[in-house]
Amino acid sequence: MVEVERTALPGIGLRHILTTSRGRQIGVVSHRSGRRDLLIYDPDDPDTSVDDVALTVDEAEALAELLGTRRVIERLAELERQVEGLVTEQIPITAGSPYDGRTLGDTRARTRTGASIVAVVREGEVLASPRPDFRFQTGDIVVVVGTKEGTSAVAQIFRNG
Amino acid sequence: MHSATVFVELGGVILALGLLGGLAMRAGISPIPLYLLGGLAFGHGGLLPLSTSEEFISIGAEIGVLLLLFTLGLEYTADELVRGMRQSAVGGLLDLVLNAAPGIVAGLLLGWDPVAIVVLGGVTYVSSSGIIAKLLADLGWVGNRETPVVLSLLVMEDLAMAVYLPILTTLLAGVSLLAGSVTLGVALLAIALVLLVALRFGWLVSAFVKSPNDEVLLLKVLGLVLLVAGLAQELQISSAVGAFLVGIALSGPLAEAARELLSPLRDLFAAVFFVFFGLQTDPSHLPPVALVALGLAVAGVLSKFATGYIAAARAGVGRNGRYRAGIALIARGEFSIVIAGLAVSAGVEPALGSLAAAYVLILAILGPLIGRLAEPFLHRPTHPHHAGSETPVSEPGPEPERESQLNVSH
Repeated sequence: MVEVERTALPGIGLRHILTTSRGRQIGVVSHRSGRRDLLIYDPDDPDTSVDDVALTVDEAEALAELLGTRRVIERLAELERQVEGLVTEQIPITAGSPYDGRTLGDTRARTRTGASIVAVVREGEVLASPRPDFRFQTGDIVVVVGTKEGTSAVAQIFRNG
Repeated sequence: MHSATVFVELGGVILALGLLGGLAMRAGISPIPLYLLGGLAFGHGGLLPLSTSEEFISIGAEIGVLLLLFTLGLEYTADELVRGMRQSAVGGLLDLVLNAAPGIVAGLLLGWDPVAIVVLGGVTYVSSSGIIAKLLADLGWVGNRETPVVLSLLVMEDLAMAVYLPILTTLLAGVSLLAGSVTLGVALLAIALVLLVALRFGWLVSAFVKSPNDEVLLLKVLGLVLLVAGLAQELQISSAVGAFLVGIALSGPLAEAARELLSPLRDLFAAVFFVFFGLQTDPSHLPPVALVALGLAVAGVLSKFATGYIAAARAGVGRNGRYRAGIALIARGEFSIVIAGLAVSAGVEPALGSLAAAYVLILAILGPLIGRLAEPFLHRPTHPHHAGSETPVSEPGPEPERESQLNVSH
């Protein structure tokens, strides 16, 4: 939980001060006119603002957007870190494949490799979550998600059985 | 041609004010002392005494007081005033006692009559919110920890003015104690009523005044201010307080719009007011009171500094912030002159006008000057203040070092 202190400035507006986890303090004075002052506080003297930048309404909005966007990007990076170790591989069904004309269930891919077949691309169309009775044909591209070893094993199955 | 002379004189006065204002801006000081000096030059016994336009200037000056008080009222919402009263009652009381004392003591020592003593106490008590607001912005002190303390003391002073001015008006009118207390009761009731109306039915007042057209809004607001001020004067509450209450009753975006529209008018008439006060002061009366004014100014610096220091300390602000709070409050200005002006036009104590003029001349200049001189010392030496607000935020280099030092010490 981020700590934000709110103080009324009679005749001016409002002041918010945010304390970061590393002990730095940043403040925003919201003038009634819409003007915003961005304040940086002295790390050794929390009573004193060492710098202030006056922002117009538009500038303040632009800055808020920048800070907001950064947070979205950080969240995406976070998500990627969480699924680290997973890879996606696209495996084509070639003419000589032993599974050309056979069903997904016949491959027993998940049981044998741990990787999942999440989609098949046929004639430019994505068929998501194919069922076990889905029948492969030459030209299909199979999308597999799993560990590096798992997806390689699935590719091996489609090539050699 | 009577009007020709009036125009020449008025034009000359306003042009001179413009030049003085420009000079003040270049020197980085408040224009108020220069306007007063301008008034001294144009007044009786001055360099260029006016002959015909004094009547107009006198009405203009009264409008100036109303607009000063009105825009002051606009600054605050009723909510802020009520909250301020609850939170800083002790600080406000301390401010009143410490800063009215020098004036009262001086009045007693000079052997003045009680009314003049009450006036002088008011003159030494009240800080200049105009000069202080500008000082806080100029020195980059708005975001500092002590600033809410300073601002709420100013709020308390303005509330005190709303009670003090009616008392003063009553005293100056020389009415009996009974009649006086009746007026005072009416005044307090009116103030409470306006605060209540502004808190509960502010939207009603706003709905009445509101207009998408600037011209209509300007006329409505100005009309309302003058009308209420006149009615208040009729009830002996003091026209200035009436204007102040109208300012409080208007709030939100409407207050913002009204402030923008009326600021130019306020600037014009307030300048006229300071000139008028100077006009009424004979420069030859200044030297005899100079020593008293200087003594009062020294006492005024010390007492305001102590007030700010103690109030900030009570709010848990550190050493630098306490010094800043004390220094910020020193400046006296428009309201000291408003108080003295009331007394001068009522004809109380002839030396009062020149004493107040000299006192404000000194402190309106000294207050911001002390702030400017002290500011570099009120930072840790390792973190120089960047004067321009557009300079880039902190140098990125030493930052992580400072932070790691902090981590070690924790």
